[in-house]
Amino acid sequence: MGSVGAKEVPVLLSPEGLRVDGRRLDELRPLRIQAGPLHQADGSAFVEWGANKVMAAVYGPREVHPRHLQQNNKAVIQCKYNMAAFSVDERKRPGLDRRSQEISKVIAEAFESVVFAEEFPRTSIDIYIEVLQANAGTRCAGLVAASVALADAGIPMVDLLPAVAVGKVAGEIALDLKKEEDNFGEADLPMALVPQSGRLVLLQMEGHMTPEELSKALDLGVVGCKSIYEKMKGALRDRYTVEPSAAAEAA
Amino acid sequence: MSQGHRSGHRRRGRGDSSSHPPGDRILVLPGQELPAAGLRPGRGTYRVGGKVYASILGLLSPKPPFVHVVPLSGRYIPKPEDVVIGTVTDCQGTFWLLDIGAPRWAPLHMTGTPWNVEIGETEKYLRVRDSVVVRVENLDATGRIGVTMIGEGLGKLEGGTIVNVSPARVPRVVGRGGSMIQTITRHTGAQVAVGQNGRVWVNGSPEAIARASDALRLIDEEGQRRGLTERVESFLVASGGSDESGPTLPPRESAHRDAVPGPTAPGGPGDEPGDSDTLGSGAEDY
Repeated sequence: MGSVGAKEVPVLLSPEGLRVDGRRLDELRPLRIQAGPLHQADGSAFVEWGANKVMAAVYGPREVHPRHLQQNNKAVIQCKYNMAAFSVDERKRPGLDRRSQEISKVIAEAFESVVFAEEFPRTSIDIYIEVLQANAGTRCAGLVAASVALADAGIPMVDLLPAVAVGKVAGEIALDLKKEEDNFGEADLPMALVPQSGRLVLLQMEGHMTPEELSKALDLGVVGCKSIYEKMKGALRDRYTVEPSAAAEAA
Repeated sequence: MSQGHRSGHRRRGRGDSSSHPPGDRILVLPGQELPAAGLRPGRGTYRVGGKVYASILGLLSPKPPFVHVVPLSGRYIPKPEDVVIGTVTDCQGTFWLLDIGAPRWAPLHMTGTPWNVEIGETEKYLRVRDSVVVRVENLDATGRIGVTMIGEGLGKLEGGTIVNVSPARVPRVVGRGGSMIQTITRHTGAQVAVGQNGRVWVNGSPEAIARASDALRLIDEEGQRRGLTERVESFLVASGGSDESGPTLPPRESAHRDAVPGPTAPGGPGDEPGDSDTLGSGAEDY
Protein backbone atom coordinates (compact mmCIF):
# COMPACT_ATOMS: atom_id res chain seq x y z
CA MET A 1 0.00 0.00 0.00
CA GLY A 2 2.83 2.35 0.73
CA SER A 3 4.64 1.90 -2.54
CA VAL A 4 2.51 3.96 -4.85
CA GLY A 5 4.72 7.04 -4.66
CA ALA A 6 6.76 6.10 -7.66
CA LYS A 7 3.82 5.84 -10.00
CA GLU A 8 2.61 8.85 -11.85
CA VAL A 9 -0.81 10.23 -11.13
CA PRO A 10 -3.38 8.73 -13.50
CA VAL A 11 -5.88 10.87 -15.32
CA LEU A 12 -8.75 10.72 -12.86
CA LEU A 13 -11.30 12.59 -14.88
CA SER A 14 -11.37 12.72 -18.68
CA PRO A 15 -12.46 15.86 -20.54
CA GLU A 16 -15.75 14.06 -21.27
CA GLY A 17 -16.36 13.74 -17.53
CA LEU A 18 -15.58 10.05 -17.27
CA ARG A 19 -13.55 8.54 -14.46
CA VAL A 20 -10.65 6.07 -14.62
CA ASP A 21 -12.98 3.14 -15.10
CA GLY A 22 -15.38 4.97 -17.39
CA ARG A 23 -18.03 5.76 -14.79
CA ARG A 24 -19.70 9.11 -14.44
CA LEU A 25 -19.35 11.11 -11.25
CA ASP A 26 -22.63 9.85 -9.79
CA GLU A 27 -22.27 6.20 -10.76
CA LEU A 28 -21.62 3.27 -8.44
CA ARG A 29 -19.38 0.36 -9.21
CA PRO A 30 -21.19 -2.88 -9.99
CA LEU A 31 -22.53 -4.37 -6.76
CA ARG A 32 -23.58 -7.94 -6.14
CA ILE A 33 -24.79 -9.17 -2.77
CA GLN A 34 -25.48 -12.74 -1.72
CA ALA A 35 -27.31 -13.44 1.53
CA GLY A 36 -26.60 -16.55 3.57
CA PRO A 37 -23.61 -18.22 1.88
CA LEU A 38 -22.25 -19.59 5.18
CA HIS A 39 -23.94 -22.39 7.05
CA GLN A 40 -22.27 -22.40 10.44
CA ALA A 41 -22.97 -18.75 11.16
CA ASP A 42 -26.38 -17.54 12.31
CA GLY A 43 -26.33 -15.09 9.40
CA SER A 44 -23.94 -14.26 6.61
CA ALA A 45 -23.49 -12.29 3.41
CA PHE A 46 -21.00 -11.98 0.61
CA VAL A 47 -20.50 -8.70 -1.22
CA GLU A 48 -18.68 -8.09 -4.47
CA TRP A 49 -18.47 -4.40 -5.10
CA GLY A 50 -16.25 -3.38 -7.97
CA ALA A 51 -13.04 -5.23 -7.19
CA ASN A 52 -13.89 -5.54 -3.49
CA LYS A 53 -14.80 -8.94 -2.15
CA VAL A 54 -16.05 -9.01 1.42
CA MET A 55 -17.57 -11.79 3.51
CA ALA A 56 -19.49 -11.09 6.68
CA ALA A 57 -20.72 -13.55 9.31
CA VAL A 58 -22.94 -12.85 12.30
CA TYR A 59 -23.24 -15.00 15.41
CA GLY A 60 -25.70 -14.46 18.16
CA PRO A 61 -27.26 -13.22 20.23
CA ARG A 62 -25.12 -15.60 22.28
CA GLU A 63 -23.20 -15.74 25.55
CA VAL A 64 -20.73 -12.88 25.86
CA HIS A 65 -17.29 -14.23 25.64
CA PRO A 66 -15.02 -12.11 27.73
CA ARG A 67 -17.57 -12.12 30.54
CA HIS A 68 -16.72 -8.64 31.83
CA LEU A 69 -18.04 -7.09 28.62
CA GLN A 70 -21.54 -8.35 29.42
CA GLN A 71 -24.17 -5.64 29.85
CA ASN A 72 -27.14 -6.23 32.12
CA ASN A 73 -29.67 -4.33 30.08
CA LYS A 74 -28.75 -5.05 26.48
CA ALA A 75 -26.69 -7.06 24.06
CA VAL A 76 -23.18 -5.93 23.31
CA ILE A 77 -22.32 -5.63 19.66
CA GLN A 78 -18.82 -6.72 18.84
CA CYS A 79 -17.33 -6.32 15.41
CA LYS A 80 -14.09 -7.59 13.96
CA TYR A 81 -13.02 -6.19 10.64
CA ASN A 82 -10.06 -7.98 9.14
CA MET A 83 -8.20 -7.75 5.85
CA ALA A 84 -6.76 -10.95 4.48
CA ALA A 85 -3.03 -10.95 3.86
CA PHE A 86 -3.74 -11.44 0.16
CA SER A 87 -6.37 -8.73 -0.12
CA VAL A 88 -3.98 -6.06 -1.46
CA ASP A 89 -1.11 -6.06 -4.00
CA GLU A 90 1.59 -6.12 -1.43
CA ARG A 91 1.04 -8.63 1.33
CA LYS A 92 -0.74 -7.08 4.28
CA ARG A 93 0.74 -8.06 7.58
CA PRO A 94 -2.00 -10.19 9.14
CA GLY A 95 -3.72 -9.32 12.34
CA LEU A 96 -4.95 -6.32 14.22
CA ASP A 97 -3.62 -2.93 13.34
CA ARG A 98 -4.75 0.60 14.12
CA ARG A 99 -6.75 0.87 10.95
CA SER A 100 -8.71 -2.34 11.41
CA GLN A 101 -9.37 -1.56 15.06
CA GLU A 102 -10.77 1.80 14.11
CA ILE A 103 -12.95 0.37 11.40
CA SER A 104 -14.21 -2.38 13.72
CA LYS A 105 -15.12 0.25 16.26
CA VAL A 106 -16.99 2.59 13.91
CA ILE A 107 -18.90 -0.28 12.33
CA ALA A 108 -19.91 -1.70 15.72
CA GLU A 109 -21.08 1.75 16.78
CA ALA A 110 -23.04 2.21 13.58
CA PHE A 111 -24.92 -1.01 14.30
CA GLU A 112 -25.44 -0.12 17.95
CA SER A 113 -27.67 2.69 16.78
CA VAL A 114 -29.93 0.45 14.67
CA VAL A 115 -30.04 -2.93 16.41
CA PHE A 116 -32.66 -3.40 19.15
CA ALA A 117 -30.05 -4.64 21.59
CA GLU A 118 -32.32 -4.27 24.64
CA GLU A 119 -34.24 -7.34 23.51
CA PHE A 120 -31.30 -9.59 24.39
CA PRO A 121 -29.78 -8.55 27.72
CA ARG A 122 -26.47 -10.12 28.77
CA THR A 123 -25.71 -11.44 25.33
CA SER A 124 -23.37 -10.62 22.53
CA ILE A 125 -23.97 -10.13 18.84
CA ASP A 126 -20.72 -10.83 17.06
CA ILE A 127 -20.02 -9.53 13.59
CA TYR A 128 -17.03 -10.78 11.62
CA ILE A 129 -16.02 -8.99 8.44
CA GLU A 130 -13.32 -10.51 6.28
CA VAL A 131 -12.00 -8.50 3.37
CA LEU A 132 -10.77 -10.97 0.79
CA GLN A 133 -9.93 -8.44 -1.88
CA ALA A 134 -9.68 -4.71 -1.35
CA ASN A 135 -10.09 -1.85 -3.77
CA ALA A 136 -11.13 1.17 -1.70
CA GLY A 137 -14.39 1.45 0.16
CA THR A 138 -14.01 -1.78 2.10
CA ARG A 139 -15.46 -0.37 5.30
CA CYS A 140 -18.63 0.47 3.40
CA ALA A 141 -18.66 -2.91 1.67
CA GLY A 142 -18.10 -4.55 5.06
CA LEU A 143 -20.93 -2.57 6.58
CA VAL A 144 -23.30 -3.52 3.79
CA ALA A 145 -22.32 -7.17 4.09
CA ALA A 146 -22.66 -7.14 7.87
CA SER A 147 -26.05 -5.50 7.66
CA VAL A 148 -27.41 -8.13 5.30
CA ALA A 149 -25.87 -10.80 7.52
CA LEU A 150 -27.63 -9.35 10.57
CA ALA A 151 -30.96 -9.46 8.80
CA ASP A 152 -30.17 -13.02 7.69
CA ALA A 153 -29.51 -13.86 11.34
CA GLY A 154 -33.00 -12.66 12.25
CA ILE A 155 -31.73 -9.91 14.50
CA PRO A 156 -34.23 -7.10 15.11
CA MET A 157 -33.15 -3.69 13.93
CA VAL A 158 -34.53 -0.37 12.79
CA ASP A 159 -33.45 -0.86 9.22
CA LEU A 160 -30.77 -2.23 6.94
CA LEU A 161 -27.73 -0.03 6.78
CA PRO A 162 -26.54 0.89 3.30
CA ALA A 163 -23.16 2.62 3.14
CA VAL A 164 -21.04 4.27 0.48
CA ALA A 165 -18.01 6.51 0.22
CA VAL A 166 -18.18 9.81 -1.62
CA GLY A 167 -14.96 11.59 -2.55
CA LYS A 168 -13.39 14.47 -4.32
CA VAL A 169 -11.56 13.55 -7.49
CA ALA A 170 -9.85 16.06 -9.78
CA GLY A 171 -11.80 18.81 -8.08
CA GLU A 172 -15.18 17.15 -8.54
CA ILE A 173 -17.42 15.32 -6.09
CA ALA A 174 -17.64 11.66 -7.11
CA LEU A 175 -19.58 8.70 -5.79
CA ASP A 176 -17.98 5.43 -4.69
CA LEU A 177 -14.24 5.91 -5.21
CA LYS A 178 -12.09 3.10 -6.46
CA LYS A 179 -8.50 2.58 -5.48
CA GLU A 180 -6.77 5.01 -7.87
CA GLU A 181 -9.27 7.70 -7.02
CA ASP A 182 -8.86 7.09 -3.32
CA ASN A 183 -5.06 7.18 -3.53
CA PHE A 184 -4.75 10.21 -5.78
CA GLY A 185 -7.98 12.04 -5.06
CA GLU A 186 -8.38 14.95 -2.69
CA ALA A 187 -10.95 13.63 -0.22
CA ASP A 188 -12.82 10.52 0.90
CA LEU A 189 -16.07 10.55 2.86
CA PRO A 190 -17.51 7.18 3.88
CA MET A 191 -21.04 7.28 5.23
CA ALA A 192 -23.83 4.93 6.34
CA LEU A 193 -27.50 5.85 6.22
CA VAL A 194 -30.61 4.61 8.03
CA PRO A 195 -33.15 4.84 5.19
CA GLN A 196 -36.13 4.57 7.53
CA SER A 197 -35.23 7.77 9.39
CA GLY A 198 -32.72 9.44 7.10
CA ARG A 199 -30.14 9.52 9.87
CA LEU A 200 -26.44 9.02 9.24
CA VAL A 201 -24.83 6.57 11.64
CA LEU A 202 -21.33 6.58 10.20
CA LEU A 203 -19.54 9.57 8.76
CA GLN A 204 -15.81 9.93 8.45
CA MET A 205 -13.68 12.15 6.28
CA GLU A 206 -10.15 12.17 5.03
CA GLY A 207 -8.78 15.06 2.98
CA HIS A 208 -10.31 18.44 2.39
CA MET A 209 -13.64 19.72 1.14
CA THR A 210 -15.32 23.08 1.31
CA PRO A 211 -18.62 23.26 3.19
CA GLU A 212 -20.44 23.49 -0.15
CA GLU A 213 -18.64 20.42 -1.44
CA LEU A 214 -19.41 18.57 1.75
CA SER A 215 -23.11 19.19 1.50
CA LYS A 216 -23.07 18.22 -2.16
CA ALA A 217 -21.16 15.06 -1.25
CA LEU A 218 -23.67 14.17 1.46
CA ASP A 219 -26.55 14.56 -0.97
CA LEU A 220 -24.81 12.38 -3.51
CA GLY A 221 -24.03 9.78 -0.84
CA VAL A 222 -27.65 9.61 0.27
CA VAL A 223 -28.71 8.95 -3.31
CA GLY A 224 -26.05 6.25 -3.60
CA CYS A 225 -27.14 4.64 -0.34
CA LYS A 226 -30.72 4.42 -1.55
CA SER A 227 -29.69 2.45 -4.59
CA ILE A 228 -27.46 0.18 -2.49
CA TYR A 229 -30.40 -0.31 -0.12
CA GLU A 230 -32.45 -1.72 -2.98
CA LYS A 231 -29.70 -4.23 -3.80
CA MET A 232 -29.53 -5.30 -0.16
CA LYS A 233 -33.25 -5.89 -0.04
CA GLY A 234 -33.06 -7.77 -3.33
CA ALA A 235 -30.41 -10.10 -1.93
CA LEU A 236 -32.54 -10.95 1.10
CA ARG A 237 -35.65 -11.43 -1.02
CA ASP A 238 -33.76 -13.80 -3.30
CA ARG A 239 -32.84 -15.93 -0.37
CA TYR A 240 -36.13 -15.95 1.47
CA THR A 241 -38.89 -15.56 -1.04
CA VAL A 242 -41.36 -18.37 -0.77
CA GLU A 243 -41.53 -20.30 -3.99
CA PRO A 244 -44.42 -18.96 -6.01
CA SER A 245 -47.42 -21.01 -5.16
CA ALA A 246 -48.82 -20.58 -8.65
CA ALA A 247 -47.48 -23.96 -9.72
CA ALA A 248 -49.22 -25.72 -6.87
CA GLU A 249 -52.45 -23.90 -7.51
CA ALA A 250 -52.42 -24.47 -11.25
CA ALA A 251 -52.01 -28.19 -10.81
CA MET B 1 -60.09 -16.64 21.14
CA SER B 2 -63.11 -17.90 19.36
CA GLN B 3 -61.36 -20.49 17.29
CA GLY B 4 -61.06 -24.06 18.37
CA HIS B 5 -57.38 -24.54 17.73
CA ARG B 6 -56.45 -21.49 19.66
CA SER B 7 -54.87 -23.32 22.53
CA GLY B 8 -52.50 -25.13 20.24
CA HIS B 9 -51.48 -21.86 18.77
CA ARG B 10 -50.70 -20.40 22.13
CA ARG B 11 -48.18 -23.06 22.88
CA ARG B 12 -46.51 -22.93 19.53
CA GLY B 13 -46.12 -19.26 19.00
CA ARG B 14 -43.30 -19.30 16.50
CA GLY B 15 -44.17 -20.02 12.92
CA ASP B 16 -47.70 -20.14 14.09
CA SER B 17 -50.63 -18.58 12.31
CA SER B 18 -51.76 -20.67 9.42
CA SER B 19 -50.54 -24.22 9.30
CA HIS B 20 -50.57 -24.33 5.58
CA PRO B 21 -50.08 -20.89 4.19
CA PRO B 22 -52.71 -19.88 1.73
CA GLY B 23 -50.02 -18.52 -0.53
CA ASP B 24 -50.55 -14.94 0.44
CA ARG B 25 -47.76 -14.67 2.95
CA ILE B 26 -45.72 -11.58 2.40
CA LEU B 27 -41.99 -11.40 3.03
CA VAL B 28 -41.01 -8.25 4.86
CA LEU B 29 -37.56 -6.90 5.66
CA PRO B 30 -36.27 -4.79 8.55
CA GLY B 31 -37.26 -1.17 8.15
CA GLN B 32 -40.17 -1.92 5.85
CA GLU B 33 -43.36 -0.05 6.63
CA LEU B 34 -46.21 -2.46 7.27
CA PRO B 35 -49.79 -2.09 6.12
CA ALA B 36 -51.09 -1.86 9.66
CA ALA B 37 -53.98 0.53 9.58
CA GLY B 38 -55.67 0.26 12.95
CA LEU B 39 -53.33 -2.48 14.13
CA ARG B 40 -50.91 -2.35 17.01
CA PRO B 41 -47.25 -3.34 16.69
CA GLY B 42 -46.73 -6.96 17.71
CA ARG B 43 -43.75 -9.28 17.63
CA GLY B 44 -41.02 -8.41 15.15
CA THR B 45 -42.22 -4.85 14.65
CA TYR B 46 -41.71 -1.35 16.01
CA ARG B 47 -43.59 1.88 15.78
CA VAL B 48 -42.31 5.35 15.02
CA GLY B 49 -44.53 8.36 14.52
CA GLY B 50 -47.73 6.37 14.18
CA LYS B 51 -46.32 4.07 11.51
CA VAL B 52 -45.46 0.43 12.08
CA TYR B 53 -42.29 -1.06 10.63
CA ALA B 54 -40.83 -4.55 10.56
CA SER B 55 -37.80 -5.01 12.78
CA ILE B 56 -36.89 -8.47 11.53
CA LEU B 57 -36.92 -10.40 8.32
CA GLY B 58 -39.99 -12.58 8.23
CA LEU B 59 -43.52 -13.14 7.06
CA LEU B 60 -46.22 -10.60 7.65
CA SER B 61 -48.90 -11.93 9.96
CA PRO B 62 -51.74 -9.58 10.86
CA LYS B 63 -53.71 -10.83 13.85
CA PRO B 64 -56.01 -8.07 14.96
CA PRO B 65 -55.47 -6.12 17.08
CA PHE B 66 -51.80 -6.80 16.38
CA VAL B 67 -49.60 -7.10 13.38
CA HIS B 68 -46.73 -9.54 13.81
CA VAL B 69 -43.75 -10.53 11.74
CA VAL B 70 -43.04 -14.25 12.00
CA PRO B 71 -39.30 -14.88 11.81
CA LEU B 72 -37.84 -17.03 9.07
CA SER B 73 -34.40 -17.24 10.58
CA GLY B 74 -32.52 -16.58 13.75
CA ARG B 75 -31.86 -18.26 17.03
CA TYR B 76 -34.41 -20.09 19.10
CA ILE B 77 -36.36 -17.70 21.30
CA PRO B 78 -37.53 -19.70 24.31
CA LYS B 79 -41.14 -19.82 25.41
CA PRO B 80 -42.50 -21.37 28.58
CA GLU B 81 -43.69 -24.99 28.15
CA ASP B 82 -41.53 -25.57 25.06
CA VAL B 83 -39.87 -28.96 25.14
CA VAL B 84 -36.36 -28.61 23.81
CA ILE B 85 -33.20 -30.62 23.34
CA GLY B 86 -30.11 -29.21 25.00
CA THR B 87 -26.45 -30.10 25.21
CA VAL B 88 -24.50 -29.75 28.44
CA THR B 89 -21.79 -27.10 28.14
CA ASP B 90 -20.73 -26.81 31.76
CA CYS B 91 -21.10 -28.64 35.08
CA GLN B 92 -21.20 -26.66 38.30
CA GLY B 93 -21.68 -27.80 41.88
CA THR B 94 -25.46 -27.62 41.85
CA PHE B 95 -26.44 -27.15 38.24
CA TRP B 96 -25.53 -27.72 34.63
CA LEU B 97 -25.52 -25.17 31.84
CA LEU B 98 -27.30 -26.26 28.70
CA ASP B 99 -26.91 -24.96 25.21
CA ILE B 100 -30.44 -25.03 23.79
CA GLY B 101 -29.64 -22.83 20.82
CA ALA B 102 -31.12 -19.80 22.57
CA PRO B 103 -29.36 -16.49 23.07
CA ARG B 104 -28.19 -17.67 26.48
CA TRP B 105 -27.28 -20.90 28.15
CA ALA B 106 -30.01 -22.36 30.29
CA PRO B 107 -29.17 -23.47 33.83
CA LEU B 108 -30.62 -26.85 34.80
CA HIS B 109 -30.61 -27.05 38.57
CA MET B 110 -30.07 -30.42 40.23
CA THR B 111 -33.47 -30.13 41.88
CA GLY B 112 -34.99 -29.96 38.42
CA THR B 113 -33.98 -33.53 37.66
CA PRO B 114 -35.58 -36.85 38.54
CA TRP B 115 -32.34 -37.86 40.30
CA ASN B 116 -31.18 -37.40 43.83
CA VAL B 117 -28.04 -35.41 43.09
CA GLU B 118 -25.55 -34.64 45.84
CA ILE B 119 -23.97 -31.22 45.76
CA GLY B 120 -20.75 -31.41 43.80
CA GLU B 121 -21.71 -34.66 42.13
CA THR B 122 -23.48 -33.29 39.11
CA GLU B 123 -20.90 -34.84 36.81
CA LYS B 124 -21.97 -38.30 37.90
CA TYR B 125 -25.26 -37.74 36.13
CA LEU B 126 -24.57 -35.46 33.19
CA ARG B 127 -21.27 -34.48 31.67
CA VAL B 128 -20.28 -31.92 29.10
CA ARG B 129 -21.58 -32.89 25.63
CA ASP B 130 -24.38 -35.06 26.98
CA SER B 131 -27.77 -34.25 25.51
CA VAL B 132 -31.02 -33.96 27.37
CA VAL B 133 -34.68 -33.29 26.78
CA VAL B 134 -35.93 -30.52 29.02
CA ARG B 135 -38.91 -28.23 29.28
CA VAL B 136 -38.66 -24.45 29.49
CA GLU B 137 -40.25 -23.45 32.77
CA ASN B 138 -39.79 -19.77 33.21
CA LEU B 139 -38.12 -16.76 31.67
CA ASP B 140 -37.25 -13.58 33.44
CA ALA B 141 -36.59 -10.06 32.25
CA THR B 142 -32.84 -10.55 32.32
CA GLY B 143 -33.13 -13.29 29.72
CA ARG B 144 -32.45 -16.12 32.15
CA ILE B 145 -34.00 -19.36 30.96
CA GLY B 146 -35.18 -21.79 33.64
CA VAL B 147 -35.55 -25.39 32.50
CA THR B 148 -36.62 -28.60 34.17
CA MET B 149 -36.14 -32.27 33.47
CA ILE B 150 -39.02 -33.42 35.61
CA GLY B 151 -41.97 -34.43 33.52
CA GLU B 152 -43.16 -37.02 31.10
CA GLY B 153 -40.84 -37.54 28.19
CA LEU B 154 -38.02 -35.52 29.68
CA GLY B 155 -34.60 -36.89 30.51
CA LYS B 156 -31.20 -37.75 29.22
CA LEU B 157 -30.75 -38.87 25.62
CA GLU B 158 -28.69 -42.01 25.23
CA GLY B 159 -27.17 -42.87 21.88
CA GLY B 160 -28.23 -41.38 18.62
CA THR B 161 -27.12 -38.09 17.19
CA ILE B 162 -28.37 -34.53 17.08
CA VAL B 163 -29.17 -32.69 13.88
CA ASN B 164 -29.74 -28.95 13.95
CA VAL B 165 -32.42 -27.34 11.87
CA SER B 166 -33.58 -23.76 11.94
CA PRO B 167 -36.11 -23.19 14.74
CA ALA B 168 -38.34 -21.55 12.15
CA ARG B 169 -38.50 -24.91 10.34
CA VAL B 170 -39.69 -26.96 13.30
CA PRO B 171 -43.33 -26.95 12.18
CA ARG B 172 -42.23 -28.27 8.77
CA VAL B 173 -40.05 -30.95 10.34
CA VAL B 174 -42.95 -32.14 12.45
CA GLY B 175 -45.49 -31.86 9.67
CA ARG B 176 -49.20 -31.67 9.98
CA GLY B 177 -50.20 -33.96 12.82
CA GLY B 178 -46.65 -35.31 12.89
CA SER B 179 -46.90 -36.50 9.30
CA MET B 180 -43.39 -35.49 8.29
CA ILE B 181 -41.80 -37.31 11.17
CA GLN B 182 -43.86 -40.36 10.42
CA THR B 183 -42.70 -40.23 6.82
CA ILE B 184 -39.09 -40.19 7.94
CA THR B 185 -39.43 -42.93 10.52
CA ARG B 186 -41.42 -45.11 8.15
CA HIS B 187 -38.83 -44.90 5.40
CA THR B 188 -35.67 -45.06 7.45
CA GLY B 189 -36.59 -46.94 10.58
CA ALA B 190 -34.85 -44.26 12.59
CA GLN B 191 -36.28 -42.95 15.79
CA VAL B 192 -36.73 -39.20 15.66
CA ALA B 193 -37.49 -36.65 18.34
CA VAL B 194 -37.87 -32.96 17.57
CA GLY B 195 -37.29 -30.19 20.08
CA GLN B 196 -39.02 -26.85 19.64
CA ASN B 197 -35.57 -25.28 19.46
CA GLY B 198 -34.71 -26.97 16.18
CA ARG B 199 -32.55 -29.69 17.65
CA VAL B 200 -33.56 -33.07 16.34
CA TRP B 201 -32.44 -36.29 17.94
CA VAL B 202 -32.08 -39.23 15.57
CA ASN B 203 -31.39 -42.78 16.63
CA GLY B 204 -31.22 -46.16 14.94
CA SER B 205 -28.83 -48.04 12.72
CA PRO B 206 -26.00 -45.99 11.19
CA GLU B 207 -27.70 -46.02 7.78
CA ALA B 208 -31.00 -45.04 9.29
CA ILE B 209 -29.38 -42.13 11.08
CA ALA B 210 -27.58 -41.00 7.94
CA ARG B 211 -30.71 -41.10 5.79
CA ALA B 212 -32.91 -39.44 8.36
CA SER B 213 -30.30 -36.73 8.85
CA ASP B 214 -30.14 -36.10 5.11
CA ALA B 215 -33.92 -35.82 4.99
CA LEU B 216 -33.84 -33.34 7.86
CA ARG B 217 -31.24 -31.25 6.07
CA LEU B 218 -33.42 -31.28 2.99
CA ILE B 219 -36.32 -29.96 5.03
CA ASP B 220 -34.10 -27.31 6.57
CA GLU B 221 -32.96 -26.09 3.18
CA GLU B 222 -36.21 -26.30 1.30
CA GLY B 223 -38.61 -25.78 4.17
CA GLN B 224 -40.41 -22.84 2.65
CA ARG B 225 -41.37 -24.71 -0.49
CA ARG B 226 -44.63 -26.39 -1.15
CA GLY B 227 -45.16 -30.09 -1.55
CA LEU B 228 -42.39 -30.76 0.91
CA THR B 229 -43.73 -34.03 2.25
CA GLU B 230 -43.85 -35.52 -1.24
CA ARG B 231 -40.37 -34.22 -1.97
CA VAL B 232 -38.99 -35.74 1.20
CA GLU B 233 -40.81 -38.97 0.50
CA SER B 234 -39.36 -39.28 -2.99
CA PHE B 235 -35.95 -38.38 -1.65
CA LEU B 236 -36.18 -41.14 0.92
CA VAL B 237 -37.43 -43.65 -1.60
CA ALA B 238 -34.59 -42.73 -3.95
CA SER B 239 -31.93 -42.90 -1.27
CA GLY B 240 -33.30 -46.16 0.04
CA GLY B 241 -33.35 -47.88 -3.35
CA SER B 242 -29.84 -49.22 -3.05
CA ASP B 243 -30.26 -50.05 0.57
CA GLU B 244 -30.58 -53.76 1.23
CA SER B 245 -32.81 -53.49 4.20
CA GLY B 246 -35.14 -51.50 2.03
CA PRO B 247 -37.47 -48.77 2.94
CA THR B 248 -40.56 -50.91 3.00
CA LEU B 249 -39.62 -52.87 6.10
CA PRO B 250 -39.09 -50.40 8.83
CA PRO B 251 -37.26 -52.25 11.57
CA ARG B 252 -38.76 -50.27 14.31
CA GLU B 253 -40.51 -51.11 17.53
CA SER B 254 -38.53 -53.52 19.61
CA ALA B 255 -35.06 -53.01 18.23
CA HIS B 256 -34.96 -49.31 18.68
CA ARG B 257 -36.83 -49.10 21.85
CA ASP B 258 -34.35 -51.43 23.48
CA ALA B 259 -31.54 -49.28 22.29
CA VAL B 260 -32.96 -46.35 24.11
CA PRO B 261 -33.30 -46.96 27.77
CA GLY B 262 -34.79 -44.81 30.37
CA PRO B 263 -36.63 -41.62 30.00
CA THR B 264 -35.53 -40.84 26.51
CA ALA B 265 -38.34 -40.73 24.12
CA PRO B 266 -41.50 -39.04 25.15
CA GLY B 267 -44.94 -39.86 23.98
CA GLY B 268 -46.60 -43.20 24.58
CA PRO B 269 -44.16 -45.85 23.43
CA GLY B 270 -45.44 -47.89 20.58
CA ASP B 271 -48.95 -46.61 20.63
CA GLU B 272 -48.46 -44.00 17.99
CA PRO B 273 -48.22 -44.89 14.40
CA GLY B 274 -44.75 -44.56 13.04
CA ASP B 275 -43.00 -44.59 16.37
CA SER B 276 -42.55 -40.89 15.98
CA ASP B 277 -41.85 -38.77 18.94
CA THR B 278 -42.49 -35.14 18.78
CA LEU B 279 -41.40 -33.32 21.80
CA GLY B 280 -43.84 -30.79 22.96
CA SER B 281 -46.91 -29.67 21.27
CA GLY B 282 -45.69 -28.74 17.85
CA ALA B 283 -47.15 -31.65 16.06
CA GLU B 284 -50.82 -31.51 16.73
CA ASP B 285 -52.02 -28.46 15.01
CA TYR B 286 -49.63 -28.22 12.14
